[in-house]
Amino acid sequence: MHLLSQNGDPAEGNERRATTGEITKLGRAIVVTSGKGGVGKTTTTANLGTALARRGARVALVDADIGLRNLDILLGLENRVTHHLLDVLEESATLDDALIPDKHSENLYLLAAAQSREKEDVDTEKMCALVASLRERFDYVLIDSPAGIERGFRNAVAGAQEAIVVCTPEVSAVRDVDRVVGLLGNRFRPQLIINRLRPQLVQKGKMLSVEDVDAILRLPLLGVIADEPQIIVTTNRGEPLALRRDGATANAYHAIAARVAGENVAMPTVELKKQSFLERLLRGGRA
Amino acid sequence: MIEFLRRFFSAAPPSASAAKERLRFVLMTDHLALSPEIVEAMKRDLVDVISRHVEVDREKIEVTFERQDRAVALLANIPILSVRRPQPPEPPAAPPTRPRRKRTRRRASGTSPTEPAAAT
Repeated sequence: MHLLSQNGDPAEGNERRATTGEITKLGRAIVVTSGKGGVGKTTTTANLGTALARRGARVALVDADIGLRNLDILLGLENRVTHHLLDVLEESATLDDALIPDKHSENLYLLAAAQSREKEDVDTEKMCALVASLRERFDYVLIDSPAGIERGFRNAVAGAQEAIVVCTPEVSAVRDVDRVVGLLGNRFRPQLIINRLRPQLVQKGKMLSVEDVDAILRLPLLGVIADEPQIIVTTNRGEPLALRRDGATANAYHAIAARVAGENVAMPTVELKKQSFLERLLRGGRA
Repeated sequence: MIEFLRRFFSAAPPSASAAKERLRFVLMTDHLALSPEIVEAMKRDLVDVISRHVEVDREKIEVTFERQDRAVALLANIPILSVRRPQPPEPPAAPPTRPRRKRTRRRASGTSPTEPAAAT
């Protein structure tokens, strides 16, 4: 079963001839999804958006998790949300009113989800139209999908041409990704991000490895993100880790962004980090 | 230290392999849209047919699915306890509808246990 969508071929309609005659390139709408909840979709969206914006791209992040708004928290923008996605869809606010400029990254904007509404309130066709108009203004439109495969997921997917699936190395998460990929069909050319890998556990044979997940899902791998305590710290502060220029995990996000942008960069390997007792102590103290 | 020694000497298979196995099975049944009940029923029927000729270890039967290119293969691993001799004096001595439990308990020693039988 494949999901219906407004646009047939993703390559088609990437260019738009403006009335003046010059050709403007439409941005890419990418849905970030997973099926299972809690695998890090929102964290991935925030960090990938930040990393893409850092490369100079114009990026819009759309929180499609109506009723459970969270992307604003991860970006530290929760106090700036005045209008949301449904306001725009129902024409009680303009897109300009609702797009919140990011604190940290230029060119990065958030369209927040409605917190006190339900997923069923979203009109799929209007959602498609909204994503289409965002594509005219941004290089990337990243849509943070809610967990599940019901209406909320279908709405999040509706306007997108591409998909990134986020998976943790767990049986349940891999199974759900497999299901979601089946629902998406080939048209979205889903690419995989393996999140929360713990190399120590993999080495001891206590966690599925990147190769294991890869062999089962057989999806193009965009990158691997380690289970990194700093993610929790940055989430606490509302500053995505990808704002940093160095550090293994920040670099992993930058590499993913480069690959999304079509650069053929090597995938950084998630290395076993040997921490001395002192280091662990210091790290713990700072966090 | 005790933890280290315990870990060093414990021979339990790593849980990642268990995860891999479970995943493989669950995805196969997902893709085939086969419910676990059907798999169980298939297993039962397979064993019933095979037990007409040889005595098998019902407790240790493994039925798995494997992706082979585009097709899915069903692999059954059925340990044989003993090859039953034909019993000429008594007429139909062991009809296949006999209670199963008893047969499984009567474990013959020194038989070759695992001879995988594959069917697609």
